[in-house]
Amino acid sequence: MYPHNNHLDNQPILDVHRLSVRYNGRFALEDISFHLHAGEHVAVVGPNGAGKSTLFKVVAGVLPPTSGEVNIFGSMPRGHVCIAYIPQRSQVDWNFPVNVADVVMMGRIAKLGPLSWPKKRDWDLVHQSLQIVELDTLAKRQIGELSGGQQQRMFIARALAQEAELMLMDEPLTGLDAPSQESILSLLDELQRQNVTVMVATHDLEQAAQHFDRIMLLNHRLIGFGTPDEVLQTEKLIQAYGGRLRPVDGENILTVDDCCDEGENHGPAH
Amino acid sequence: MAPLINWVLEPLQYAFMLRGLAAAVLVGIVCAVVGTYVVLRGMAFFGDALAHTILPGVALGYLVSGGARETLFWWALGTSVIAALGIGAISKNSQVKEDTAIGIIFAGMFALGIALISTVRSYAVDLSHFLFGDVLSVSTGSLWLILIFGGLVLLTLAAFYKEFLTLSFDPILAVTLRLPVGLLNNLLLALIAVTIAVSLQTVGVALMVAMLVTPAATAYLLTHRLPVMMALAALFASLSGVIGLYLSYYLSIASGAAIVLTATAFFLLVFLGKRIRGTLSF
Repeated sequence: MYPHNNHLDNQPILDVHRLSVRYNGRFALEDISFHLHAGEHVAVVGPNGAGKSTLFKVVAGVLPPTSGEVNIFGSMPRGHVCIAYIPQRSQVDWNFPVNVADVVMMGRIAKLGPLSWPKKRDWDLVHQSLQIVELDTLAKRQIGELSGGQQQRMFIARALAQEAELMLMDEPLTGLDAPSQESILSLLDELQRQNVTVMVATHDLEQAAQHFDRIMLLNHRLIGFGTPDEVLQTEKLIQAYGGRLRPVDGENILTVDDCCDEGENHGPAH
Repeated sequence: MAPLINWVLEPLQYAFMLRGLAAAVLVGIVCAVVGTYVVLRGMAFFGDALAHTILPGVALGYLVSGGARETLFWWALGTSVIAALGIGAISKNSQVKEDTAIGIIFAGMFALGIALISTVRSYAVDLSHFLFGDVLSVSTGSLWLILIFGGLVLLTLAAFYKEFLTLSFDPILAVTLRLPVGLLNNLLLALIAVTIAVSLQTVGVALMVAMLVTPAATAYLLTHRLPVMMALAALFASLSGVIGLYLSYYLSIASGAAIVLTATAFFLLVFLGKRIRGTLSF
């Protein structure tokens, strides 16, 4: 299903220009501009309520921006199906009567079009995607029976079945044990080999520095966007996290006093 | 054996009983399948409210036609679809919370319906038929309307099965896939509305929500697959229709109430059975 060669090398895959989003008179995002190239992996970090989920939803075309523009391959996001938004696990109804293969097949339905049923090629793609995330033996499981890491991998499989070129993952590592986090991170490496562009919201600055090309530091405004060395500097972190940042051992190590369980919820997404 | 067979066959010699059974089974199947989405999307209150909201339309039709039953279906259908789309629009754009907005509209419309019917002399009897149903007076013509419109509802649900499934499980995915989310949501509201119009004579507006919710909720306890849930819900609903009508015949209790009580008994049996046996899944 990959790689996608249908865009020019030097053209950005995602171009965000002076994007602002307001809720009830307050800025959730203010004047954000950046662009990404195909295959780049970016960690989006910032305190709770910094606007990470909002940014993803605007890029995915789920939320309309108050002002500014989001261009994907130079076209407006509403015209595109190659973006996958992978929700926080806490936002999903795990008792819904569907199995793993059903959920992954949902990624295919836009390509199927109305009034048609999945064909052999679609089921093949579903099973290939499940193989990549190593869930093919659990295809018939009810989704509530999966572990947290398996649930996250199922959604990555769905994004693969969707043939997404840009994946937006909202805190995929939150609440997972170390081995599950490792398996997700190695999947991200696999996606990079296939030239899939990925934005991951995370709370773990160390992981962000280790596993991602660039880090986006966000707190309503774009505070930093660049290599880990460029972005993870004390003054920038203080700017982003404010009082929640505590210096440890002099100046070199910082810990972030931040609860990462509740995530962000910016109202209904329809 | 013979007494039991007689017990089963005796009511069947009456044409009104045969028509009633056919109506109860058809309505049960349609309500149960639509009800699957009502349960999964947490729309029980919406369904209940919508059923009550059609009363003024039905009452108006009743006054205009001078008490004729045949035209009531069309009044019910028109009011139901308009009310469903209206509630859908208001609850989205309102400054009031969605359930509060629904509550205000539903109670106001229901009161209007009662006020209209109360202008007629035979008020109590007619009102009770609208509220609680009168399946044993279903005519052949009404049966055809149930069959055609119920069939249309089921066909539409089947045609957009994967879209409704995706929209119900993950509305954000539906948007990122560029499905016509607003259109599909309104289509689902309209299908619930048609189902309510189709079911009016069988269970009445006050008990409608039970037909939408109870069989689907019973099925939800037993399966992890949506198609199986729909099939089981339809089975529970049609069994409730048949058993309920026999209870109504032999015990002389109101037919709508008997059907709903049977459906509730199925739910309690499954719920308790599951509790006792720990896990029981298909």
